[in-house]
Amino acid sequence: MILYELIDFDTLRVIWWALLGVLLIGFALTDGFDMGVGALLPFVARSDVERRVAINTVGPVWEGNQVWFILGGGAIFAAWPPLYAVSFSGFYLAMFVVLAAFIVRPVAFKYRSKRDSATWRTCWDWALFAGGAVPALLFGVAVGNVLLGVPFHLTPDLMPMYDGNFAMKFLGLLRPFALLSGVVSLSMLLMHGAAWLTLKTDGMVAIRARAIGTVAGMVAAGAYALAGLWLAFGVDGFAFTSEVVANGPSNPLYSEVARGGSWLSAYAERPWIAIAPLMGFVGIAMAVRGLREGFEVSTLLWSKLGIFGIIASVGLTMFPFILPSTVDPDSSLTVWDASSSHRTLFIMLVVTAIFMPLILAYTSWVYKVLWGKVTEDDVTANSHSVY
Amino acid sequence: MEIGLVELSRLQFALTAMYHFLFVPLTLGLSILVAIMETVYVMTNRPIWRQMTKFWGTLFGINFVLGVATGITMEFQFGMNWSYYSHYVGDIFGAPLAIEGLMAFFLEATFVGLFFFGWDKLSKVAHCIVAWLVAIGSNFSALWILIANGWMQNPVGAEFNPDTMRMEMTSFFEVLFNEVAQAKFVHTVSAGYVTASVFVLGVSALYLIQDRHKDLARRSIAVAASFGLAAALSVVVLGDESGYSASHTQKMKLAAIEAMWETHEAPAPFTAIGFPDQEARETHYAIEIPWVMGLIGTRSLTTEIPGINELEARSEEMIREGLIAYDALMTIREQRDATPPEVRETFEAHSDTLGYAMLLKRYVDDPRDATEDQIAMAAEDTIPGVAPLFWAFRLMVALGFSFIAVMVFFFIRASFYRMRFPRWSLYAAVAIIPTPWIAAELGWFVAEFGRQPWTVDGVLPTALSASHLSIADLLITLAGFLIFYSMLFVIEMGLMVKYIRKGPFQDVPETEAWQARHEHRLRTHDGQGPFATNPAE
Repeated sequence: MILYELIDFDTLRVIWWALLGVLLIGFALTDGFDMGVGALLPFVARSDVERRVAINTVGPVWEGNQVWFILGGGAIFAAWPPLYAVSFSGFYLAMFVVLAAFIVRPVAFKYRSKRDSATWRTCWDWALFAGGAVPALLFGVAVGNVLLGVPFHLTPDLMPMYDGNFAMKFLGLLRPFALLSGVVSLSMLLMHGAAWLTLKTDGMVAIRARAIGTVAGMVAAGAYALAGLWLAFGVDGFAFTSEVVANGPSNPLYSEVARGGSWLSAYAERPWIAIAPLMGFVGIAMAVRGLREGFEVSTLLWSKLGIFGIIASVGLTMFPFILPSTVDPDSSLTVWDASSSHRTLFIMLVVTAIFMPLILAYTSWVYKVLWGKVTEDDVTANSHSVY
Repeated sequence: MEIGLVELSRLQFALTAMYHFLFVPLTLGLSILVAIMETVYVMTNRPIWRQMTKFWGTLFGINFVLGVATGITMEFQFGMNWSYYSHYVGDIFGAPLAIEGLMAFFLEATFVGLFFFGWDKLSKVAHCIVAWLVAIGSNFSALWILIANGWMQNPVGAEFNPDTMRMEMTSFFEVLFNEVAQAKFVHTVSAGYVTASVFVLGVSALYLIQDRHKDLARRSIAVAASFGLAAALSVVVLGDESGYSASHTQKMKLAAIEAMWETHEAPAPFTAIGFPDQEARETHYAIEIPWVMGLIGTRSLTTEIPGINELEARSEEMIREGLIAYDALMTIREQRDATPPEVRETFEAHSDTLGYAMLLKRYVDDPRDATEDQIAMAAEDTIPGVAPLFWAFRLMVALGFSFIAVMVFFFIRASFYRMRFPRWSLYAAVAIIPTPWIAAELGWFVAEFGRQPWTVDGVLPTALSASHLSIADLLITLAGFLIFYSMLFVIEMGLMVKYIRKGPFQDVPETEAWQARHEHRLRTHDGQGPFATNPAE
């Protein structure tokens, strides 16, 4: 079967690089507001009924949204196996914390309303808070570390080895620039969650969400701008020093890479990518305005645009690098040498082309069925069936 | 590599996988049972069926969420703890996992929310379709996971690429239609159906004993017993199919399960019971049934099944052949494009056995430096622990057959004895609720422990697959999982018990309205009104 040769290997790699971005963005846009609502929960909703209103805005959809995260993991495994192997084992303890958050969150959603005790419910509220805030922060920290480079190398057998002592593996991730990235992602998801609550609730919950969301949006824009400056002056980029073979075998050690220069030189080479950070700033600015003015649908859409721009800008800035290595730059994973085989990428693309439109179609239908605000009356009237 | 690290990684994987599979079988089966109940509701309009759908649906939901939550660990643990495995076979193994997300998990997770929240927002038929989509999604999930697992047992459609130092896919269709995967899929989902049927049967029996919710309990027993009977038969038949495919794909596993030390003249006998002794390589006090093993394993009277000792000798040959491949691989790696074509040819001729040379990496950094003793040790490593497999398998099979007996009994009672169940049988039904879980976990134990020392049979040794983490890393996460998972288990069981005790939520106005509409039809033959006795009795 040579059907897969219909699309060149290097083209497929770029497509899968873009699809990786689509999945991450899909996750941030959908599960992002679930995490935002969770992190906002103790602040926007004080009484039990208010909290149930906030929780029930995401109650029917968080499960589907979380699949973006799981599918992201699966797609990295299938399309970028070295990336999956290096990053998941390299960020081991941080991954464990994220896992714990993603395990406790579904359980909290589902079990919170199953008992009436106030202590029971308060415990699950904190679980929802941590389950939203911690991953929202850590995902940004991870992206910051990717930009800084990660201390790993590959043996000639391509076995990933992580260089860094035990304490470094978790605390070492919390470098200042990475923490700033964490602030960007946490604040932008808080803004997104606030935009969602503005759309899906009214009364005090919506009012508080708008107030917090406005501040969060401004923090996100400020931190994002600061991170850009930091990248310009304080962080080294990476670049190939050997000839780039875009359709060669996926062996990172076949190419030579050196540290130096700036990531932002990408904007000189490919000026059009400036559209991504521009979208980021415009989206956030408009979302903040919408939150202040009390617009609903448009605020959520602007917020989505802002998040889209911010995440896309990271990928576009680093292209073709995916995971640079600080201790052995030659081991760095790039679009050209960290993918699956030509055949696997093609098969996975066919499968994705069939199922992604279906997923988007039925997900949209579900959101349409659930359209409308969640009110305190809904929650109290259907106490036995909602969260 | 420290041995301790690999063992801790294995322990953590076993723990989290088996914990995950506490919730999966019930999800697989109960999703279908609930969808069947809702279908009956849509077809008959009887409120009792809606009440059943909601009641079992609630229990389904409590269970489902933990299946989802613990499944995330499974999806991520390959990269976290088995990074060399992920690199080495990700090109093949990653694909079914990603397709599972695209095709199945998205479906079930998107619609499960609508199932619980959509009662008032959807028409009856639409809601019923949603219930079926959840069930189909769950079962498709199992299909893709078992295609992935089947490939670990029988790695077809792939070959080693020296340039990328990993296995790469050569045929997606071979991976997809791997006979091991297909047999395993039906075996596993059937086991899930049995689990859910025994669960529904047991909880309903409890209600009959306590003399409450009898309407719901009797109907539930009728559904569970008929569905469970079909499933229990299927589980045994497809288990046999798995055994048959193992006889030509995983001979060592089969021989170990049967504690067959020596190759026996065909047709081989089946050791019903005995005490396998791995040191002495014999089975003490064995009770043998002539011919049966040959018939099950090969479905013929003339094909021989090789014994453990013979297979060990074959492994040793494979290790020696693997060393030729390994040597050629090292040359290819050094010289890359300048490699003489005959070296590449040598490699390709022997690359199937490369994995066997890798077994030596446990003892020596460069397998080519291995001593004769080390080669003998590596060959012995290809024999899994015989006694645990022998017993686990027998217990699983015994449980499997007993489920058929239970389902036949309740099916006959439900069909021909007007739903009258002797009291002892109700107590028994409650008592056996945990047994399908035991059988399912034993089944996974046989499948995975029996594959040792490989993660991918004949391709990649377990000892090589693990991530280079520190022992402290593993101890932290292991302790974390233990504490965290135990807490969740206690909470989950507490809620299950609470909701079973609470019983179904009865929508009184709906039930009365329905009864009023059907009063003439429900009037019993002695002229009593439907409200006098239970209308469905």
